[in-house]
Amino acid sequence: MNVVAEVIVTALLLLGAGFVLIGSWGLVRLPTTMERLHGPTKATTLGLGALLLASVTCFYARFGMGTAHELLISLFLFITAPISANMIAKVHLHRVRIGAIAEPDSIAGAPPRPSDDADWATFEAPRRHTPSSTANT
Amino acid sequence: MIAVALHIAAGAVALALAMNVWRLLRGPALGDRIVALDTMVINAIAMIVLIGMIGGTDIYFEAALLLAMVGFVSTIAFCKFVLRGDIVE
Repeated sequence: MNVVAEVIVTALLLLGAGFVLIGSWGLVRLPTTMERLHGPTKATTLGLGALLLASVTCFYARFGMGTAHELLISLFLFITAPISANMIAKVHLHRVRIGAIAEPDSIAGAPPRPSDDADWATFEAPRRHTPSSTANT
Repeated sequence: MIAVALHIAAGAVALALAMNVWRLLRGPALGDRIVALDTMVINAIAMIVLIGMIGGTDIYFEAALLLAMVGFVSTIAFCKFVLRGDIVE
């Protein structure tokens, strides 16, 4: 394996490991649930992306196998991470609303209301005459 | 150089997994536990990829891909169960 490939793989490995560690450190360190969502969903996903790129580069440089199938995992995670984060945030909003959780003081403060006369979409019944609403049928 | 970096990365991912276990046991909210489990799945994928690189084989790739899919589905199923009391309505 030549020196350039070795340097690239090493840099990607250290970058990815650092971001994975930062994501979990954020999960431990941040004060409220909504803030704790930030660490894993962004930093950890980026770190895993860097590790998978390192894997692609390493196998290409070592064996000459020019496959990119590790990028499938990366693509899948980049698609699914926002969806999981959205679902977890919805769970948390509902648990706060029914009073199952007392929120501690946070850095950013309580989330603002979306507008004066409307609430978050997850609390409302489906509305008619919007394109993908389940109330249209 | 790569061997040293691989072992440093494996140590970092193991430390991250330990932090996730701490948050999983500590809570306090249910959302925190779901986030911790979801992150543990992603870190396990990272660990599998690193083990594949250390061993120099390609056969762990399918395990990592399957774990990514199963982890996503389980997170969504858990959230659905908490939100609606049912998974498939």
